[in-house]
Amino acid sequence: MTLKDVRIGDTVRVKKINGQGAVKRRLMDMGITKGVEIHVRKVAPLGDPLEISLRGYELTLRKFDAHTIEVEAARPEPVTS
Amino acid sequence: MKPLRIALVGNPNSGKTTLFNELTGSNQFVGNWPGVTVEKKEGILKNHENATVIDLPGIYSLSPYSKEEVIARNYLIDESPDVLLNIVDATSPERSLYLTTQLADLGIPMVVALNMLDVVERSQHRIDVDLLESRLGHKVVQISALKGTGMADVADAAVAAAGKHAMPRHVMDGQVEHALAHIEEAVLHDLPEEKQRWYAIKLFERDRAAVRALSISEERFRHIEGDIAAVETALDDDAEAIIANERYLHIARLLDGGYRRPKSNRMTTSDKIDRVVTNRWLALPIFAVVMFIIYYISVSTIGAYATNWANDGLFGDGFHLFGRGSSEYAAAVQQYAGPAAVIDAFEAAAAAQGISPEDARLIEAEAVLYDDLGMVADTFPVDYAMYRDAVSLDEPAPAAFGTWVPGIPVALEGWLERIGTASWLQGLIVDGIVAGVGAVLGFLPQMVVLFFFLALLEACGYMARIAFVMDRIFRKFGLSGKSFIPMLIGTGCSVPGIMAARTIEQERDRRMTIITTSFIPCGAKLPVIALIAGALFGGQAWVAPSAYFIGVAAVIVSGIMLKKTTGFAGDPAPFVMELPVYRLPAAKHILRSVWERGSSFVRKAGTVILLASLVVWFLSSFGIADGRFGMVDMDKSLLAAIGGAIAWIFNPLGWGHWQGAVAMVTGLIAKENVVSTFGVLFGRSDVAENGWQIWVGMRQVFTPLAAYSFLVFNLLCAPCFAAVGAIRREMNSAGWTAFALSYQTALAYAFALMVYQFGSWFGGNGNPAGIAAAFVVFAFIIWMLVRPAKKSDMTLAKELV
Repeated sequence: MTLKDVRIGDTVRVKKINGQGAVKRRLMDMGITKGVEIHVRKVAPLGDPLEISLRGYELTLRKFDAHTIEVEAARPEPVTS
Repeated sequence: MKPLRIALVGNPNSGKTTLFNELTGSNQFVGNWPGVTVEKKEGILKNHENATVIDLPGIYSLSPYSKEEVIARNYLIDESPDVLLNIVDATSPERSLYLTTQLADLGIPMVVALNMLDVVERSQHRIDVDLLESRLGHKVVQISALKGTGMADVADAAVAAAGKHAMPRHVMDGQVEHALAHIEEAVLHDLPEEKQRWYAIKLFERDRAAVRALSISEERFRHIEGDIAAVETALDDDAEAIIANERYLHIARLLDGGYRRPKSNRMTTSDKIDRVVTNRWLALPIFAVVMFIIYYISVSTIGAYATNWANDGLFGDGFHLFGRGSSEYAAAVQQYAGPAAVIDAFEAAAAAQGISPEDARLIEAEAVLYDDLGMVADTFPVDYAMYRDAVSLDEPAPAAFGTWVPGIPVALEGWLERIGTASWLQGLIVDGIVAGVGAVLGFLPQMVVLFFFLALLEACGYMARIAFVMDRIFRKFGLSGKSFIPMLIGTGCSVPGIMAARTIEQERDRRMTIITTSFIPCGAKLPVIALIAGALFGGQAWVAPSAYFIGVAAVIVSGIMLKKTTGFAGDPAPFVMELPVYRLPAAKHILRSVWERGSSFVRKAGTVILLASLVVWFLSSFGIADGRFGMVDMDKSLLAAIGGAIAWIFNPLGWGHWQGAVAMVTGLIAKENVVSTFGVLFGRSDVAENGWQIWVGMRQVFTPLAAYSFLVFNLLCAPCFAAVGAIRREMNSAGWTAFALSYQTALAYAFALMVYQFGSWFGGNGNPAGIAAAFVVFAFIIWMLVRPAKKSDMTLAKELV
């Protein structure tokens, strides 16, 4: 399953990022790395891009780029330490 | 003391600009980084006069993939600042510290400014600053840039940090550290110890650009390749990803036990606002309302009111102080309209017969009354008796109704007359300089309002939502949603619109947006549209919207065409954008932004416009009459001669006459000058907004089709000098500016040509050569639109998704 296929409102964990070079680097720089938890908050009114929550902030990302991110389902963990 | 250089680095939306302003006050210098369209700011640190703060572009990382990142990176490596001041948003440290870990590897002394503590206190975030400081190994100062707290502390800390050693710590996984150590030993041992780690990591990531300056031999690269590959195999990932992952793991360790945030899927206030604002059904209507409000306030009300006062009052005939008496005066003028019409009609009739009005006892004439739109409201016959009655009335004098302040030109002219100034000098001062200054300042109110909205939208966070909503549409032309905002602002005035293009990350997209922003009709083009609509189309309602439609079409066509050319082609950067938390911006910050942009405009564009106005004034006031060179009416001026010489160029467009050419040239100073120039050319100086007084004159030189072609040309061609100045400034390249202007004018010509030629053809009286030319142009454009671009695998894959 890729991030593009996730239902709105679900939380997933990143398994792997496909792609290379600038795209992959940009995604990683914005916090999308192996093991991070992503909550898919909504999709834009015209159908694209997506809005996701991760690492405590909100990010928007086109479905095309979301397609390069492989994910698996995850139950949201409480973030307290 | 040696001058100290402090580099301010941080994510976008972290409050960096606010911090920079707080730290440097008004001692700032704003420019561009050489050769690129990215803004550069430097300033002197308050209370520490030998310390300069240099504001690096907002970045998320020091990777080599965007202009901003490369600029920041190059500055940090090549210029070796003395201290790094890293601003970190305390509400999102998990992401913000990513840059911090990279900065920590540079071996430069660093101070971390943890911003937005006020927000942290209010919300559910908790952060243990002392713990973070001890784990990080760098001083952490809590601040609230918005509130101005912690400013002195952070400034002192930054200055104090200079000169201290800053050995980067070994914080990554054992295997990775081992590989890094080996790389340092094998290749980098000649460098100062604290600098080695950065290069080691870059070598590990195979970032050749970063190590170019070190001149490492191919043999050395091969030597370390084995180590890198080994780690990649062991951890089952590529080197760049490994480093990125290690950094995030390190951040987790830094925050462990010292940081708490609300769960990701809980809704914050920001999320609740977004629920409405980016809602599937409400988003676009809400956005339309916001657009309308901005437009209404800037163009229709405050903007128009202030601009009219500036143009007709301050730089025109004059105004009533505080507006007292102006409505009574207007009413009196209204009442006097009847007698005025009688006088006009009678005197014209008498002049036609060559008799003086006082003696024309037998003359009869017809007076015409016009309404506000210039349509005939009433006509009635006048005779000698009515004329005498009308003349006996006093024309209402403005001064009788309130304190009347004469406009600057009027007052100045009076004074110059009294001191006996030569008429050419009077002309230079009043019609050249003052009129030029008036042109610049006339723009200003509208622009200030737009700057205000721009700053407000940006600071509160709504701008990002606009880009989010609009992205789908703009993606089709290879742009992103961020390109929409300049065009939105451009409906008021292109100058702030072009400046708004700064927020676009990709330089290609930025340049393209800058070029196409002025296609959308701005406030100054409205009078021209109104003039053409009224004079040649009987005020029909479709004319004005069609102008916007053509503007949008020009943007779309340009987007598609240009994206396929080599200058603009290439894979678009992934549209990965942060949606910052909504914030109530500080008034201080907004006002400062407005002031900065406004004064920069006046200073830079102002000089250009003034000079241009003088040149145009000179060309339009001087010429050869009766064999001598001197001051003449416009129709005998040099400008008219030049207009006549170039007018043939516009023949295929239907308006190859000198009046059109001259009006177009004066439109370069300010688009609304087209109307006033026609006014001068047709002998009327009192021309209303829609110019109804000159409709008759217009009809003599334009056919409706030619007039529409003229309109299209003026709407799309190179914008007014103020906008040209803005383009020049944002492009930061004379070459690109020249390209922009040439492209715009060429497109304007092409569109106007097609309008006129195809229109003539459908109207039944086309010129075969002209129509053929128009067809060639049309075919060319179609070809440019549909030809396949050099597609990469990315673009091909994109079409499958």
